[in-house]
Amino acid sequence: MTNESGMPLWEVFIRPRAGLHHKHVGSLHASDSTMAVQAARDVYTRREEGDSIWVVASADIHASDPARSAENFDPASDKVYRHPSFYDIPDEVGHM
Amino acid sequence: MYSQGLIGADSQPVEDQAFLDAFQRRIDAEEKIEPNDPMPMAYRNTLVRMIGQHAHSEIVGMLPEGNWITRAPSLRRKVALLAKVQDEGGHGLYLYSAAETLGVSREQMTEELLSGEAKYSSIFNYPTPTWADIGTIGWLVDGAAIMNQVPLCRCSYGPYARAMIRVCKEESFHQRQGYELVKSLCEGSADQKAMAQDSLNRWWWPSLMMFGPPDTDSQHSDQSMKWKIKRFTNDELRQKFVDATVPQAELIGLSMPDPDLKWNEEKNNGQGGYDFGEIDWDEFWRVVNGHGMMNKDRIAARKKAWEEGAWVRDAAKAYAAKQKQRTAAA
Ligand SMILES: [Fe+2]
Ligand SMILES: [Fe+2]
Repeated sequence: MTNESGMPLWEVFIRPRAGLHHKHVGSLHASDSTMAVQAARDVYTRREEGDSIWVVASADIHASDPARSAENFDPASDKVYRHPSFYDIPDEVGHM
Repeated sequence: MYSQGLIGADSQPVEDQAFLDAFQRRIDAEEKIEPNDPMPMAYRNTLVRMIGQHAHSEIVGMLPEGNWITRAPSLRRKVALLAKVQDEGGHGLYLYSAAETLGVSREQMTEELLSGEAKYSSIFNYPTPTWADIGTIGWLVDGAAIMNQVPLCRCSYGPYARAMIRVCKEESFHQRQGYELVKSLCEGSADQKAMAQDSLNRWWWPSLMMFGPPDTDSQHSDQSMKWKIKRFTNDELRQKFVDATVPQAELIGLSMPDPDLKWNEEKNNGQGGYDFGEIDWDEFWRVVNGHGMMNKDRIAARKKAWEEGAWVRDAAKAYAAKQKQRTAAA
């Protein structure tokens, strides 16, 4: 989404360290992706919060519709057979 | 903060009783409300006003302290103050971003601040004539802000709560460096200690005003509590602040400028607490309505920064546009 002054909005993702996912931490306005990374470094990593930054133009994010969250996600709630605890295994087997 | 790109597409729901009740049930169940969820217009507006004021306060709050960066008496104090002021700028950004998820634009908020239409915390309209004020601000002003902000980490609106968690993590060094600074003045010469006491005398009452008008005439409190935007009333937070701060002052040999301040066993359901004197609410409203000592200077400083930064924004945008053209042509 570009605001009136032509500074698009960017979503910022930070990876705390190698081996972990990048995680959304917030957003900021910047003229281009280089400036966005620079600004993200200044505001979101002042205390060793991470070692890698992703910025994504907010306008490029496509999301599921919250109005449809019931039909999207509720069907999973009665499918207990997708979890290991649903199955009976004799105690003698030990850890499985 | 969370995919603002989606905002605007969805229409405002019809606010019949069934809708309002369903919304309240979500709140009562401690569910968080996210940007694209249906919400009552009044809930949205309350948050826009509150988060906007909060963001402006962080930004304007850089001015009274920024004033002292070049004159800090040691490198240790200078790096601390610089880091603190930088943090406040970051807090402003987190909060503007949170407000933007509600559909208000950054431009609009900036314009409202520069035109004087938007409010910010009245505390920043007081001057910082002495170095001791830097310590007192960290100790009391950031202390009061923390008292306010910790419960906001559980605010029902997700983006505001998340911004507050980040802010609170960063905020605690602000208060500690301030208290340490005041303490070191109290351990110094008689003049230094007197400077600390004088500063406390000037900041104590304005700090108590930071929690807002008394519950008896706070216009927004009830509904905000019901929607779990706020978790405590203004007076409850003010009392906690007084109870926490008075012993801190005693410990370093300072006293609050309030002859009516005294321990009361019965307060706080028998746990004890401090009775304190009458707050001058006329002064509070005078400052809120633009007639504090520094209101004009603060807005003038923000306008100057905005205007003098225009060429930087223009250059960055021109460069981005040119790069885009080149990539398209290649
Ligand atoms: Fe802050
Ligand atoms: Fe602070």
